[in-house]
Amino acid sequence: MIVNTNRLSILGIFLFSVIYVLTAEATENTAPSPVIKKKSQRIISLGGDITEIIYALDAEKQLVGVDTSSLWPESVKSLPQVGYFRALSAEGLISLSPDMLIMSDAAGPESVLEQVESTGISSVKIKTSKTAKGVIDKINQVAIALSKPDAGITLNKKIISEFKQLKQSKKQWQQPPPRVVFLFSVSKGSLMVSGSNTAANAMIEMAGGINVVTEYSGYKPINNEALIAASPDFILLTGNTLKMMGGLEKIINLPGLTLTPAARQKNIIVMDTLYLLGFGPRTGKAALELSQQLHPETREKTQ
Amino acid sequence: MSSTATSLNESLNFQQLKIVKDSRKQMTFWFLVISLLLMCVSSLSIGAMPISTGQTLAILADLVGLQLPWEFSFSQETVITSIRAPRLMMALLIGSVLAVSGAAMQGLFLNPLADPALMGISSGATLAAVAVIVLEATILHEFSVWMGAFSLPISAFLGGFLATLLVYHFALNKGRSDVSSLLLAGIAINALTGSITGLLIYTANDEQLRTITFWTMGSLSGISWSQVITGLPFFLSTLYFLPKFSRALNALLLGEAEAGHLGFPVERVKLLVILLVALGVGASVSFAGIIGFVGLVVPHLLRLWFGPDHCSLLPCSALLGALLLLLADIFARTLVSPAELPIGIITGILGGPFFLWLLRRQRIAGGH
Repeated sequence: MIVNTNRLSILGIFLFSVIYVLTAEATENTAPSPVIKKKSQRIISLGGDITEIIYALDAEKQLVGVDTSSLWPESVKSLPQVGYFRALSAEGLISLSPDMLIMSDAAGPESVLEQVESTGISSVKIKTSKTAKGVIDKINQVAIALSKPDAGITLNKKIISEFKQLKQSKKQWQQPPPRVVFLFSVSKGSLMVSGSNTAANAMIEMAGGINVVTEYSGYKPINNEALIAASPDFILLTGNTLKMMGGLEKIINLPGLTLTPAARQKNIIVMDTLYLLGFGPRTGKAALELSQQLHPETREKTQ
Repeated sequence: MSSTATSLNESLNFQQLKIVKDSRKQMTFWFLVISLLLMCVSSLSIGAMPISTGQTLAILADLVGLQLPWEFSFSQETVITSIRAPRLMMALLIGSVLAVSGAAMQGLFLNPLADPALMGISSGATLAAVAVIVLEATILHEFSVWMGAFSLPISAFLGGFLATLLVYHFALNKGRSDVSSLLLAGIAINALTGSITGLLIYTANDEQLRTITFWTMGSLSGISWSQVITGLPFFLSTLYFLPKFSRALNALLLGEAEAGHLGFPVERVKLLVILLVALGVGASVSFAGIIGFVGLVVPHLLRLWFGPDHCSLLPCSALLGALLLLLADIFARTLVSPAELPIGIITGILGGPFFLWLLRRQRIAGGH
């Protein structure tokens, strides 16, 4: 009996000390640090265009995380990535302890966003549309979410002046408008062409061109003969696509393209993906640049 | 004299073997129960958000009104109670349902390669899910507005269930369905639904394509208590009723005619097992997308370990399946945090090489 009680008390002391050590450790770790809460909020941006706007508004220091579509500017790549903005993880977002999520209206899944909001993190959904007005709206919404309305107005003034310049050059555009085909490739060998209802289509129209393929919406592989029949004057593609397809020469010699006016005159325009298709703060500049490429007549006069 | 001695000897050996196997089964069962409990605690305390095991226990104790000496913050509590806990439950339920269903299908088809996908459940569910994702804005607009967040899970469930019923219907011949016509009907329905899915994918835009890709790789991200509760009746009915067919499945190992002679209503057993599998797997696909390999590897492993007796194979499969999916989910949540890997990728990476090793070992041992 005596032995037993001894054993029990030893066990008790042992347990007590283990718990004591663990408690001490735990309280040390989680004691709230006496830092006064700063005014600037920690932000996670979900959408490449939104991240770009946050940078343009000089609020990038507040960013604590971005999604995989945020690729510009270069320094954004050093921030923690929370995954694709339509397949988010609640705990991943919470673990970066943000105060606010600023996201594209396509972000999700909804249940994940609900879980994040239930921990007291606020979230702002930005409405998007692929027009000049949509870009200005988008910047306004982000600026308001960041409580930087003045910076938003300044940025918008710059963009509006770019769009005005584009509008002025419209008078000099030759008729009929140049016919453009947009090529897109994410893997070697598979080439897709933009139909209607895409960012590429919107940019081509904004810059005073005609998208030659409007029979379908989205990006799809296209039949070679249809491409020849569409007879584009210009081939528009992104830097990534050019790299994937292995250079200008390869593209000119593609069976569906080699017979088109664009390939014969080597009218090929290469622009960066997010710059051309992002509908972020650089859209005005990108549209202006594209329009000058499509209408050499305006380029000569402005230079 | 000597012949009786050998037969006695043999029967003794057989007895010994049976005892060894029985104790092996018992040991496996309890080993799995204990590891599952441990895995539950570690699953709750591992994740992108740093929470110690002590804090986890304190948060759990706090729920029942006990105070433990570990301090925790509000957001840590929310992460445990409304993100990790429902996710843990879902992983347990789905893992066990997939493994039990796999075991039952392998028993039913007398084929170690059989899994629920064979009956069109996955491809039917994929077709329905892809249809909802692609046509949400156009043809199915009213449906998706009406169903809200449930439009995808419900259609996936119905799609899987319907495809299974179609396979069964086409395999029926004068009220009987033999295994080979079930297999062939399954292949045909899989090909058909696969092509229609392909057609829908062709019309999808970039964002829809990515959503589809992620869906087909499975995920337990964003699982909430309301989803767990919605799925519970489906999962529990599969988990409760399927093991009741253990003896019938054992009899089927001898062949369909033999099982019939032993007094089992073979056709009814077949139909009910298929329906229960469709119910459970359909529900799991609808909540978590396609999660491969659990249903294939888990029963296989256990069969190698203690033989094909379904009375212990089914319960142990449930436990090991839950254990495997829980482990896979921990990897999925933490490997690329704060982002997340699709869980189907993890089960494939864990399961694939293991399965190959199993295959080799079996061939060396002179099996099939």
